[in-house]
Amino acid sequence: MRVNGIASPLPEDPRTLLSDHLRHQLRLTGTHVGCEHGVCGCCTVLLDGKPVRSCLLLAVQAADHDVTTIEGLAPDTAALHPIQQAFHEAHALQCGFCTPGFVLAVKGLLDEHPDPTDEQIQEGISGNLCRCTGYANIRKAVRLAAAAR
Amino acid sequence: MTTRWFGERVERREDDRLLRGAGRFTDDFNEDALEACFVRSPYAHARILSIDARRARELPGVHAVYTAGDLPFGDRDLPLLIPHPALTNGRTQRCLAADTVRYAGEAVAFVVADNRYLAEDAADLVDVEYEPLPPVWPLEAAAEDPANTAAELTQQTGDVEGALEQAAHRRKLRFRYERGAAAPLEARATWARWDAADKRLTMYDSTQSPTSIRGGLAVLFGLPESSVEVIAPDVGGGFGPKIMLFYPDELLTPFAAMQLGRPVKWTEDRREHFTAVNHERAQVHDVEVGYDAQGRVVALDVDFVHDAGAYTPYGIILPIITAAQIPGPYRVPNYRVRFRDVLTNATPTSPYRGAGRPHACFVMERTLDAIARDLDLTRDEVRRRNLIQPDEFPYEVGVGWQDGNRAVYDSGNFPGLLEKALANLGPRPAGHHIGLGLGMYVEGTGVGPYEGAHVQVLVSGKVVASTAIPTQGQAHGTVFAQVVADQLGVSPDDVTITTGDTRRFQWGVGTFASRAAVVAGNAMAVAAGMVAEKAKRIAAEHLEVDPADLELAQGAVRVKGSPQKAMPLALLAVLSNPVRYAFGGGTEAATQFTPKPRAGPPLPAGEQPGLEATGYFSPTGSTWASGCHAAWVRVDPNTFRLQILRYVVVHDCGRVINPTVLEGQIQGGVAQGIGGAFYERLAYDADAQLRNASFMEFLMPYATEIPDVVIDHQETPSPLNPLGVKGAGEAGVIPVGAVIASAIEEALGVPITEMPLSPLRLFELTHAGSAGGAQT
Ligand code: FES
Ligand code: FES
Repeated sequence: MRVNGIASPLPEDPRTLLSDHLRHQLRLTGTHVGCEHGVCGCCTVLLDGKPVRSCLLLAVQAADHDVTTIEGLAPDTAALHPIQQAFHEAHALQCGFCTPGFVLAVKGLLDEHPDPTDEQIQEGISGNLCRCTGYANIRKAVRLAAAAR
Repeated sequence: MTTRWFGERVERREDDRLLRGAGRFTDDFNEDALEACFVRSPYAHARILSIDARRARELPGVHAVYTAGDLPFGDRDLPLLIPHPALTNGRTQRCLAADTVRYAGEAVAFVVADNRYLAEDAADLVDVEYEPLPPVWPLEAAAEDPANTAAELTQQTGDVEGALEQAAHRRKLRFRYERGAAAPLEARATWARWDAADKRLTMYDSTQSPTSIRGGLAVLFGLPESSVEVIAPDVGGGFGPKIMLFYPDELLTPFAAMQLGRPVKWTEDRREHFTAVNHERAQVHDVEVGYDAQGRVVALDVDFVHDAGAYTPYGIILPIITAAQIPGPYRVPNYRVRFRDVLTNATPTSPYRGAGRPHACFVMERTLDAIARDLDLTRDEVRRRNLIQPDEFPYEVGVGWQDGNRAVYDSGNFPGLLEKALANLGPRPAGHHIGLGLGMYVEGTGVGPYEGAHVQVLVSGKVVASTAIPTQGQAHGTVFAQVVADQLGVSPDDVTITTGDTRRFQWGVGTFASRAAVVAGNAMAVAAGMVAEKAKRIAAEHLEVDPADLELAQGAVRVKGSPQKAMPLALLAVLSNPVRYAFGGGTEAATQFTPKPRAGPPLPAGEQPGLEATGYFSPTGSTWASGCHAAWVRVDPNTFRLQILRYVVVHDCGRVINPTVLEGQIQGGVAQGIGGAFYERLAYDADAQLRNASFMEFLMPYATEIPDVVIDHQETPSPLNPLGVKGAGEAGVIPVGAVIASAIEEALGVPITEMPLSPLRLFELTHAGSAGGAQT
């Protein structure tokens, strides 16, 4: 498995979830766990560039694949990724717990639809729950990010 | 006071780390901590016959299994947090249940292992033998047996009986609200470390009140408070229930860490969150209203029962709030309210965003809609005729408030809110099955007793400030920075705020009741104001002017009218602390052989070193925010899908510190309100078992269900605090149930007297034959 471009060993215990492996073995704690049953989208990572729920995968299922977590989106000290920047400008986060999942879901959305319609935006973020923002500013952030491309 | 940053749309200062995934939530802490999980009761009510943990203890990788008998505090009841004379039959749970369990999800044993996977394996091996008992459930049945009444309270103002008798019209109504759940996306978590050499206990806790947790741990473990550190790091949403204390893990994680000599952590999973964390909202209200020929309420008599759940740790705050808030923004000259707080075998209750108010608002707003229907008035007109007028403040409601005082509205302009909301709502959209939703509310915010803040200018000229209240996403790090920046004449970018860390600020209460901006915000202004005065005193000596002729601006103290005569705050911070050893950062300016502006001791009598101050704010009473929500809602008559065509909020929280943050709070609150009104239902069965404890079946709204809310403000400054602010955190949620109900009632022509609704429930209501019958 390659995580954020770096070859990375698989866990010893084959039942380890990808989300737990990332968080607790690799200490990439930006991937959050809100439900562990595939509904909230907090644990979204990119698997070969496509958004997936890391709580629904075993780490071993990601062997031979490229995993991108939120930590891999913008290299540390450099500027934020345009999607992250758009979330900031649109006030699209409050507690920030859902945010990494949303940002990566939006990355997947914009890779597929660089200039999304309102419907495609709705569709693209409709697999992620946010309990704080009420979504309006997240929609706004997606439009900002698309415009910034 | 200069208010340059106050009121500006300052961008959030906390976003960067959260956007990069570099936030620190409690489960992100590691240090090779052992991991724990609970064994919880599968029964709502049962006697525990035996607990056998031998098999679990023998599993490799398991470090400890604790049951009540293994705890030195296992036979103590947890504290009753808010006692009240009317709470005569209250009870609280034990950390771990020993002989009786009273709700499904009550903690029975605590397993600590090398990792969570092993802990869960071991939990399966703890053998608990139960003898099931009949559950006290549901609420209406429980209320019939007086033995289940934990508290009863009746309050009255005026002569309700007499006024009802003389009223031109009388009407009886019954309104039911079911349980709801806050469901923050981060469930609860604790992480604890015991440093045996230093005798120091450190706990990271997703709590809304670290100072109270710290006080409790110090008492429990016999430690001085200075040896206990409790930190609420980044918290993934709170919304109320994270302020309960103590949840069992808040005692067991530190206890296990002390016993085992290793850090121990526990992180709740979603399923257990649904039953282990407090709920709210279930109440049944019987109302009799008397009104005159113009639709003016002359008397209101309300009798309601509150579902307390299995224990009453939070006292009777919730029904007290409902009782006080039912009249809302309306004049109710004769008002009687009686409530009973009823014990049931379900999860205990404590405030969830709105806290007693959504149901209070539902009762009053639905009652007014009923009067409008009876008299053939429009819904806005019936409200217009009943609203308290702007010249009637302070306005006394006539009943008690949650802070122990009487409920007295400090200020507001309720008719202004209504007209502004209607103007923003615009005309009825074309089409069928569209209803108008209208709801108004007041909200007692900024409850005491007090909060404090510490503000310090560093020798770099940068400012650090801290307060005890923790943050769950409300942008305290931004809005407090704005308040401090104004006082000190710096930019918010130069101010770093720390919240909820007892290492930085040890006195305070917590984040609840929309109080952070009001109570801690004003404390920030007090402390920063003290720092400003001190900076002027030091500068006055050096500039040889009167402190009254000085002002703070652009990072310096300068003479009013001649800004070139100035001293930077950085230099004043240096001079505030006379040193012997220049340790860098310009401190040579404060050593012994530098020229002094005056004789006498280096530190003047009565002065303390450091350009810093600690200040407190303790409000005399609550500040009352208010608002009006209005909506056009379409309901599909076949599928009963809800389509919110337009949703307007006009909100008055006094002076606004940061409109962007405020609008975010409102939009998010409305979303939570819509969820609670139409999608989210805690589905308990007859055995008091929660049947839908997962996000697959407890339907929280996604983006597809939530419209962009149209938000407008009205500013009626509070006279009760220097900043003139009122709380805003709960405003978005309070009237949503009433608004959605009112819209659906009009759209479908069926009376709506309950919450939450769902497509299925609307189908039942419209097809119930006699119960209403659809009229189009
Ligand atoms: S944690 Fe994976 S979807 Fe919720
Ligand atoms: S910002 Fe808190 S859950 Fe989305």
